[in-house]
Amino acid sequence: MHEIPINHILFLSTALFFIGVYGFLSRKNMITMLMAVELILNAVNINFVAFNKYLFPGKLDGLFFTIFIIAIAAAEAAVAIAIIINLYRSHKSIDVDEVNDMKY
Amino acid sequence: MFYLLGTFILLFGFLSVTTRHIFRAAIYLLFCLIGIAGLYFALAYEFLAAVQIVVYVGGIVVLVLFSIFLTHRSGEDLPVPSRIKEFIVFALAFIGFSLTYLILNRSGMGESEAPAVAPTVQNIGAQMLDTQSFGFLLPFEVVSILLLAAMIGAIVIAIKDKAIPSKSEKI
Repeated sequence: MHEIPINHILFLSTALFFIGVYGFLSRKNMITMLMAVELILNAVNINFVAFNKYLFPGKLDGLFFTIFIIAIAAAEAAVAIAIIINLYRSHKSIDVDEVNDMKY
Repeated sequence: MFYLLGTFILLFGFLSVTTRHIFRAAIYLLFCLIGIAGLYFALAYEFLAAVQIVVYVGGIVVLVLFSIFLTHRSGEDLPVPSRIKEFIVFALAFIGFSLTYLILNRSGMGESEAPAVAPTVQNIGAQMLDTQSFGFLLPFEVVSILLLAAMIGAIVIAIKDKAIPSKSEKI
């Protein structure tokens, strides 16, 4: 059997996911919100890897999902940071409260 | 070893979302991601750990650090959110965590005893470029197009437009 119970890994990923949710909701700064999203994505990756290793060891599908999530996270971070820098140029601020031109 | 890594990851993750200094938040995020790479090593997924270090630690965190340099004056602290909002958000996150973990604990995970496929680079590469049995060639190509589109999109969005004066100048 495995030396680490799967429930302990799932506890870790759940805690990390909700740490990310807490950061995403409590911050106003866009860069810190982006970092919280990265934490959430990493929690999901840990889940995929744990499920692949413990429940479906005969396949590698969880591993592929993790690799694709990492690739998409990289693309997402690049586009998000481009948007943030563009917003900073036009508004001199990256707080979500002060950038509400498109709200109404 | 796993419990040490777990505490490391959770501690730095929590510090990363609670610190009031944005530069430190990025550094704590870096340590958290390195801890997750260590977790993949502990689970014997060496290739994934390498990808994690290369893409997250070497790519995304550096990108975040650069954007912090571009958009913040150094030594400037983030504003403290209001107590009541912080409490509500913390309560929401805690309730979500407890609910999820209760459901997780109730459901017995049927751990499989099937013979394991080693997650070696050879196996990963063979299955990723396979067009027949459960191959991942189509997602692989789609992700490559997505990366190209994201790269072009990022350049187009962030390019400096001299013709249009920025909004703050107009005001």
